[in-house]
Amino acid sequence: MEIKVLGTGCANCKKTKAVVADALKEMNLTVPVIEVQDIPSIMAYGVMSTPAIVIDEKVVSAGKVPAKSQVIEMIRKAQPA
Amino acid sequence: MNKNLVAAPMNDQGGAKAQPPHAQMREWRAWGLVVLSALVWWVAWNSLQPLADWITYTLLGLSPVSALGSSIAFFLYDVPKILLLLTGMIFLVTTIRTFFSAERTRQLLGGKRQGIGNVLAASLGVVTPFCSCSAVPLFIGFVEAGIPLGVTFSFLIAAPMVNEVALAMLFGMFGWQIALIYLATGLTIAIVAGMVIGRVPNIESGVEDFVWQLSVGKTSSQPGERMLWSERFSVAWQSTREIVGKVWPYVMIGIAIGAIIHGYVPANALAGIMGKDAWWSVPAAVALGVPMYSNAAGIIPVVQALMEKGAAAGTALAFMMAVIALSLPEMIILRRVLKPRLIAIFVGVVATGIILTGYLFNFIL
Repeated sequence: MEIKVLGTGCANCKKTKAVVADALKEMNLTVPVIEVQDIPSIMAYGVMSTPAIVIDEKVVSAGKVPAKSQVIEMIRKAQPA
Repeated sequence: MNKNLVAAPMNDQGGAKAQPPHAQMREWRAWGLVVLSALVWWVAWNSLQPLADWITYTLLGLSPVSALGSSIAFFLYDVPKILLLLTGMIFLVTTIRTFFSAERTRQLLGGKRQGIGNVLAASLGVVTPFCSCSAVPLFIGFVEAGIPLGVTFSFLIAAPMVNEVALAMLFGMFGWQIALIYLATGLTIAIVAGMVIGRVPNIESGVEDFVWQLSVGKTSSQPGERMLWSERFSVAWQSTREIVGKVWPYVMIGIAIGAIIHGYVPANALAGIMGKDAWWSVPAAVALGVPMYSNAAGIIPVVQALMEKGAAAGTALAFMMAVIALSLPEMIILRRVLKPRLIAIFVGVVATGIILTGYLFNFIL
């Protein structure tokens, strides 16, 4: 699994990255979290509002800092059963 | 309040449909909680003045005619009043916003022409969730969808200028008439400025070339639709807490500066430099306001104090709009997609609109 946080370097993007890291820690997972800041790459995901979270190349959240519980849910859904 | 929410535009997907019983229960609980909070809010709102008076005059034993007593009573009344208003207003607006998203707004604006497109874009700018940090992806997303530049600018001007914090602060400090005037003039400036920018010849060349060559991925998800009320309220409450948490220090500082001006600047000291008769004061206020970076929460109490000391209403309004609508950090963000020429046009047109508004209000008020 691979998680990307899309954002232009704003405060909310950093917060989102921290929430994702927190969620992973709680789930005892070690998954690489990559911060994507350059605009063409962000746009390639069709995202218009940042921060956004991409799990395995799929956009799962956009335009908000999700709660940790929501991120855990997103990661669970993305995990192969 | 509840009626307004139900009648919120584009409510075609929301609302309660056939749900499993436990979800239905959650919906009722969420509504119950909101109604209860509204009641508590109302009671708190009505006990503000008696409470502030009681603390100052009875508990602290200060005299109502003393300068210290009146300013403490003022502070104890004003700060909680503004915070209560902000909380209520932001919750209302963020609940409405759960019906909108940048993606949806883009869809609504696609294929719209100049004119009607500008009006729609400015109005959507008020209700679409927007943070200046995502101005760039939003701009590119709009442009790629074929939305005319002028229409895109109408959105980008209205979104930061007419925001819930500004409206709540104006409502709290000046009354609903001024808040309404601000809403109307803010929208008008956004609409007209967008139309003017859209008519500048060869305006497309002001956008950085890479924007036109980008390939934008397909947007799959459309957040904001098909939500339960309990989810909407929880999202709204989360953003309310976040916004109020971010804004309250500004409120305190703003009201404190306002109180100092209130106490120490002699009455009418500003009439000479910020009064109606000083024709140059409106452009000067705008020139001063553009590079200043504050938000509505910090600037409005200061503006109120300035007006008390003789600043003209139009001049004060122009100053406030310049501070809120045009800011250096936003320009720096937009510089990533706009060439300096287009940024200059953008700032020039909006600043001109604000100056004209300032003169208009100095003239009619």
